[in-house]
Amino acid sequence: MAKELLEGNVAFAEAAVRAGCEAYFGYPITPQTEALEHMARRMPELGRVFLQAESEVAAVNMVYGAACAGVRVMTSSSSPGVSLMMEGLSYIAGSEVPVVLVDVMRGGPGLGNIAPSQGDYNQMVKGGGHGDYRPIVLAPATVQELIDLTYQAFDLAEKYRCIVVILADGSLGQIMEPAEMPPMRPVRKAEDRPAWALTGAHARKPNIISSIYIDPVEEEKFNLVLMQKMARIEANEVRYKELLLEDAEIAVVAFGTAGRIAQSAIKAAREEGIKVGLLRPVSLYPYPYERVRELSRKVKSILVLEMNGGQMVDDVKMAVEGRVPVRFYGRMGGMVPLPDEVLDEIRALHAQRAPVPTGGAR
Amino acid sequence: MTTAAMAETLIYSRPEALRPVHTHYCPGCTHGVAHRLIAEVIDEMGIREMTIGVAPVGCSVFAYNYFDFDFAEAAHGRAPAMATGIKRVSPGKIVFTYQGDGDLAAIGMSEIMHVAGRGENITTIFINNAIYGMTSGQMAPTTLPGQKTTSTPLGRDVEVHGFPLKMCEILSQMEGAAYIVRRSLHDPANIRKAKKALRQAFEVQRQGLGFAMVELLSSCPTNWGIPAEAALHWIEEHMIPAYPLGDYKVHPAIAEKVGG
Repeated sequence: MAKELLEGNVAFAEAAVRAGCEAYFGYPITPQTEALEHMARRMPELGRVFLQAESEVAAVNMVYGAACAGVRVMTSSSSPGVSLMMEGLSYIAGSEVPVVLVDVMRGGPGLGNIAPSQGDYNQMVKGGGHGDYRPIVLAPATVQELIDLTYQAFDLAEKYRCIVVILADGSLGQIMEPAEMPPMRPVRKAEDRPAWALTGAHARKPNIISSIYIDPVEEEKFNLVLMQKMARIEANEVRYKELLLEDAEIAVVAFGTAGRIAQSAIKAAREEGIKVGLLRPVSLYPYPYERVRELSRKVKSILVLEMNGGQMVDDVKMAVEGRVPVRFYGRMGGMVPLPDEVLDEIRALHAQRAPVPTGGAR
Repeated sequence: MTTAAMAETLIYSRPEALRPVHTHYCPGCTHGVAHRLIAEVIDEMGIREMTIGVAPVGCSVFAYNYFDFDFAEAAHGRAPAMATGIKRVSPGKIVFTYQGDGDLAAIGMSEIMHVAGRGENITTIFINNAIYGMTSGQMAPTTLPGQKTTSTPLGRDVEVHGFPLKMCEILSQMEGAAYIVRRSLHDPANIRKAKKALRQAFEVQRQGLGFAMVELLSSCPTNWGIPAEAALHWIEEHMIPAYPLGDYKVHPAIAEKVGG
């Protein structure tokens, strides 16, 4: 298929349609409403389910119900709406049903604003709802990546029977750029719904989908099952992209839109002769700790760039373990950092007499 | 010893839709009666293998332990939304929620109003016992004025806590609601009427007529602090005057069939 000029919100909604998403439940919220509007038109046209819920609380519980029935289902929202969904996400994680959620982040806390932000990192990546669970969190930086990751998210969610979050931001939701749509996959036939799904106890024992284990011994056993699942995810699903790291003395670590901005700054710094490269984590959970650890043994310093007050930087520091200085630069409130600001940060790091890394290989 | 075999007629047995398990409900609680009535209706309609229940949070959080068909356990108050999700992707199945007064009329008020408003083709069984059972006796949205609970130790003062919510009266105003009735489980005659209403509520769904809810006035001797039999009298003397039994809304297609 040829490239088309696509808006991020419409692009991920259509990618979900093509991935065989059978039901969408959502509630309008800027800056992702175009996705809901696309689904409102597309899903009925294809004989699939679209329903505008009365709230994000209801939407996520409709998603929960449809997932229990064994269909590919999704919702999308933006930061304040995602906060409302946290209760349902915890139940979904505790019931091990596959669900896809796209969070098009905006400025916060509170009502905040509708401008791009990465302020939901902690909320999404660290679990968000109550109890011990993590959704797989994938952070695209381009419309093409937003499409591709949404398309793959349903397979991943079903593979691990978990939540997969596409963590985008308002600029990626609203931006238009050339991208290519994947081919249309058929929706699952009713008779092909998974064996665990609630489809009526016909010629089999009843299926119960629940997140309650009243006996602490049983609850802990289940917690350990989730932990083992997370270990499998951590072993198999780490994703990241790199640019110019081979000879780099400075590594910039940034995800999503921030990663894209860092790319421009890095190219400008290279022109000044500064050896700087980019690590852009694509999977935020599982986080590429091992790659950051390796880098911290090679480079002299690390710059973390985020569109928040410093959230992912904690994960970077956890991997670096003090081997090299970690500098943070962030903009908040829906303010997007300019490449020049990032370039100044890179220059400042370059100007510092970076200490020779201690621990590790050197 | 006589060899002449006595003819045996089975007049009472466990419904197929009910599992052979011990109850966790308190002595004198009417949840067991409500469960049995639902199971009998499901058996009689022959829909056990196509029914999906949604359990609430509250004493009946373990409802799925008693029913022998597919079940989901919802978050507190969210059963109607969860049932919506299930029904929309499985329109051929029979989907019902089983909810108490805290679940349905307090924390889940938004969800129940909107399933009724949408005319969601599901059935809701609403257990109203005027108190929070599972958390051991706090005020419910349906607690009567003056009724003592652990969170209204001097009795529900309407100046402070407001008035009881009458869900049949409220939901029967919704255009999407097809069948909204209130029954009671305090004596055999009323239990029989309750069963008929449950049958109608599932028929409404089978015929795709819209949202159906049966409210069942129920007892909670443990948290009311009175003996089981006295609790049944308390329903009759105190709850029924506040929550009049009757048909609040009946879809014409159903009304014609059963003659009102």
